Amino acid sequence: MITTQTDLQFMLGNHAVVEGALAAGCRFYAGYPITPANEISERMAQRMPEVGGRFIQMEDELGSIYAVCGASLAGKKSMTATASAGYNYMQEGIEYAVAAEIPIVIVDVMRQIGENFPTQSDVMQARYGAAGDHEMIVLTPSSVQELFDLTFQAFNLAERFRNPVIVLSEATISLMREGIRIPRQEELNVLNRKKPIVPPAEFMPFRAEEDLVPRMSEFGDEYKVLYTHNPHDEAGRIAWTPKLYEDLYNRITRKIADKADEIAMFDTVMTGDAEIVVIAYGSESRGCIEAVKMARGLGIKAGLLKLKNIWPVPTGAIIESTRHASKILVPEMNTGRYYHVIKEVANCEVISLPKNQGRIHSPEEILEEIKRRMA
Amino acid sequence: MMEHPNLKYIRGRKLPHMFCQGCGCGQILNALLFAIDELKLDTNKMVAIGGVGCSSRIPAYLDMYAIHGIHGRNLAYATGVKLAKPELKVVVLTGDGDCGAIGGNHLIHAARRNLDVTVIMDNNGVYAMTGGQLGPTTSTGLYTTTSPMGSLERPFDLCKLVETAGGTYVARWTTAHPAALIRAIKQGLTHHGFSFIEVVSQCPTIYGRYSLGLSDPLKNLEFLKDNSVTREQAEKMSPDKLVRKIVIGKFVDKEVPTLEDAYREMEQKVTARVAS
Repeated sequence: MITTQTDLQFMLGNHAVVEGALAAGCRFYAGYPITPANEISERMAQRMPEVGGRFIQMEDELGSIYAVCGASLAGKKSMTATASAGYNYMQEGIEYAVAAEIPIVIVDVMRQIGENFPTQSDVMQARYGAAGDHEMIVLTPSSVQELFDLTFQAFNLAERFRNPVIVLSEATISLMREGIRIPRQEELNVLNRKKPIVPPAEFMPFRAEEDLVPRMSEFGDEYKVLYTHNPHDEAGRIAWTPKLYEDLYNRITRKIADKADEIAMFDTVMTGDAEIVVIAYGSESRGCIEAVKMARGLGIKAGLLKLKNIWPVPTGAIIESTRHASKILVPEMNTGRYYHVIKEVANCEVISLPKNQGRIHSPEEILEEIKRRMA
Repeated sequence: MMEHPNLKYIRGRKLPHMFCQGCGCGQILNALLFAIDELKLDTNKMVAIGGVGCSSRIPAYLDMYAIHGIHGRNLAYATGVKLAKPELKVVVLTGDGDCGAIGGNHLIHAARRNLDVTVIMDNNGVYAMTGGQLGPTTSTGLYTTTSPMGSLERPFDLCKLVETAGGTYVARWTTAHPAALIRAIKQGLTHHGFSFIEVVSQCPTIYGRYSLGLSDPLKNLEFLKDNSVTREQAEKMSPDKLVRKIVIGKFVDKEVPTLEDAYREMEQKVTARVAS
């Protein structure tokens, strides 16, 4: 038995994910074994019966993603976790959850293809993996504390937007132990999906309110909604007209895209007057703080924008934190993927600094590049 | 005008449905409605789940919570629903391609777990919605659009599969046996555990016309009737005599603890440990 202890703990990254999910109200988990995400399933198997929730190990990742969809429709906050190779399979179910507007959370612990070494190579798949028009909310924790915090936030965002939310973990932080602080439940602001406020005869399950998000009933009540990924009208009936289809996907896309700056989660380090700004996410950001401080010690006006969510693109934060910059440096633990996204947004020179060797850049490596570019 | 007594179970009380004239899906829908009505089930506490294909469209017509899902994934959704809210009655409407091919893995494991759901599988022998491709149940030698020289494969006996995997109620009937079909669906819906009812049905538009050479719906129904043999008769027949025959009847009906039963027992142990 594992008791829920708040305050300071020394915890494994994958276990922090579980505690963040439970604190957010997650009461259903389905998973399939894969390294380096196994400790999430293993702890969920122990913790779920303790909190009155349900755990199941499914027959494959497709099973997991749809079990999670079914449980969420039945009113339970639901999550699955996997790693890159398993995340491939889940794209099909993510597409369904987007189209039927089912709040679910998926943790993808990124690993190299065919190996368990760290990488950040799923940053584009996390956004574009599933078929169809949609936006995704993708969070990028960089520490065990952030695995707790951002998994918690992922549930709030999923409930608020009725959309799948991805926690993009990494083999680095998932298997790392760090000191973290688990807040007491009363310190946390848990969000729940909006319930219908009209009787069943008047309820339009896919008529959105001002925030473009429809209210959501749950299996077992009297609203009897039909869920489908086929084009559907506001009553939920399968229907197709050119306008209906366009309006549906404009709304599904805009409900998130319009709120990109509100969703944006980031930290800045000395960006106020920075002439070169390092933009990093996930574990790559860990060495950057030290690098920027060392650069400042050498008289270089360097700053750091650390992104805790990469999708929807936090455009406002990128523009604001690089206002005085002539250069942006984007270190990544892949072949240089998110660099292209920043290039599209930024108003100055953007430099890619990829390292695809299963380890993050050291502060010295980043400092070297800063010095070279600012010489 | 007096309305059909079962129209109240149809979403929005609106017909017609999208099925072709003479299609078996309408009969399966009808049989399910009779079963629900005769059992006086509370449709507020039911969820119908389908994947993709003709028969998977049936849930969209039912006036209850429904998932018109992704191809083959019906039992994965059902697992989540049933674990999250065990008090709900879940009925899965699926086809031979949906649950015997693409969804085969979910079928096996739902049966193995004795998940307390009812699966009604329409076996029309072909992928009809996509235009008549070879299905996992297509008879050997028959023409389909992807077996132009005749199917090279042996048809899948999905009742045997489910029985072997651990299903606790297994039966097969055809659309030419409506009374027995309603009875079996009623037994399935009241069964405690994984119930699987295969309904061999006609597809006059595709399989009947192109594979069997029978486009008249009635002739298709006669074909089903003429080729059906009871389980008892089949036991006395040689394998060659059973080729292309439809063995009908109830194959399994037993009481075994469900996944839910096992979970509750475990939960009680955990709760006791937490309390102590």
